[in-house]
Amino acid sequence: MDIFVDSAGPLLAALGTTVVMAVVAGIGSLIVGTLIAAARISPIPVLRGAAFAYVQFFVNVPLLVLLILAVFALPDAGILMPLAPTTVVVLTLYEAAYVAEAIRSGVNTVGNGQIEASRALGFTLGQTLSLVVLPQSLRAAVQPIGNVMIALTMNTALAAAVGVVELTSAANKLNLVEAQPILIFTAAGLVYMLLALIIGLSAGRIERKVAIVR
Amino acid sequence: MSATTQTTGTGTGAGKGAATQKVSLYDEPGPKTRRNIRIWSAVVILILVGIVVAGLIQFGSKGQLDADKWTPFLSWPVWEYLLVGLWGTIQAAALVAVLGGFLGLFLALGRLSRVRVIRWLSTGYIEIARTVPVLLLIYLMLFGLPQLGLNFPLIWKLVIPLTVANSAAFAEIIRAGILGLPRGQREAGLSLGMSEAQTSRLVVLPQALRFATPSLVTQLVSLVKDTSLGYIVAFTELLYRGQVLSSFNHLLIQTFVVVTLIYLVFNGALSTLAARLRTRPSKRSLRKPDAAAPVPVVGAPVLD
Repeated sequence: MDIFVDSAGPLLAALGTTVVMAVVAGIGSLIVGTLIAAARISPIPVLRGAAFAYVQFFVNVPLLVLLILAVFALPDAGILMPLAPTTVVVLTLYEAAYVAEAIRSGVNTVGNGQIEASRALGFTLGQTLSLVVLPQSLRAAVQPIGNVMIALTMNTALAAAVGVVELTSAANKLNLVEAQPILIFTAAGLVYMLLALIIGLSAGRIERKVAIVR
Repeated sequence: MSATTQTTGTGTGAGKGAATQKVSLYDEPGPKTRRNIRIWSAVVILILVGIVVAGLIQFGSKGQLDADKWTPFLSWPVWEYLLVGLWGTIQAAALVAVLGGFLGLFLALGRLSRVRVIRWLSTGYIEIARTVPVLLLIYLMLFGLPQLGLNFPLIWKLVIPLTVANSAAFAEIIRAGILGLPRGQREAGLSLGMSEAQTSRLVVLPQALRFATPSLVTQLVSLVKDTSLGYIVAFTELLYRGQVLSSFNHLLIQTFVVVTLIYLVFNGALSTLAARLRTRPSKRSLRKPDAAAPVPVVGAPVLD
């Protein structure tokens, strides 16, 4: 246990980096993802196509490839940002595709009859979405979005591969000094599980609060 | 008002069961709306083209678009080098898919088992494996196990952590497939005198697996993406080969763009397959359990 006490400072700083990355990328991906989902169900064909292409791209290309492309290759094109913000931006864009899919699956749970009913009542698209579809679909999407947020937190670990000092990378560094891999990586794993547990429990709580009992 | 809501509510159940086609969110556009859509389409195209042009100007100004930076990728040796990497990716992914699939199947059955200890163990494994980053498992594999005297060949240092993580995902998908099956199937099997094991093997699993196939293929895409972590363990897969190639030819952007495109084509084909399986199930596959629910007729007793 001493090894954790001795290097508590750097470890806590690294944990802080992980949490900040997860929170910033989480909020960012919620915003971008909602916009993408809105574009995917919009009446404008070009916008629908662009959103579809966006989702397909990020769902099919590994995050690590995008991180390496952004961190090591883009500076060659004169696009150079500090390391941590770059990874957060890539993480945000990547997870936004999954958030968009989660919201869209929520939209699909709204019954056709409800949409037909609102159209029959003369609602415009905006009214149908804001009064009928979104209130129900966001509720249905809480649990899937929670799962995306857990995956996002796990994916912050990949930032270690491009040199960001976050929890996984700090654990790795500590292990190089102390050579106690099983103890150190298990402890780091427990911290990640705790973070996932917090996200999962909050998602469950939010869902219970907003769920519609049918 | 509440009466209206009630009718809409029951209408939903029937609509979900009967209609497979998706109702449009908006009415057939009139002349005015069509004009608005055209205007907005033009605006969106302008914005998208603007972004692309700005990107190209930025890349061009640094000379990244010069022909001599891209021509190396027209030669066969470069492609051969990368395709050997893709073959490594496929090998690792196939191993993980088979091992993780079997493990996931047993975990799913374990989580639904009536024996409490098995249920708890399976649930515990799934929840732990789902919430630990794969990279951490790989580090544990790289640095932890050699200390215990266990040293595996390179490919297993990638395959074992990925199997641990993906088996949990497979288990959850298969479990959803089993739970999505109408309960009557299992009851019918049991009432015909089959044992629990026979019912699972002959009645429940064949249908549940067919129902879960599209999601399993989607998980396969995610698994192929995960093999890019071979970059960390220096296993010869696509991303690692791309890395080695780029440090050799110093064409960072070009190499990684090509690697990205290869992933996009390969996984895109898998994703398209998954989407096709979802919308057009093969003849032998079960109807979607959702859609299988009989349309309730007013006044008649609803079975199932």
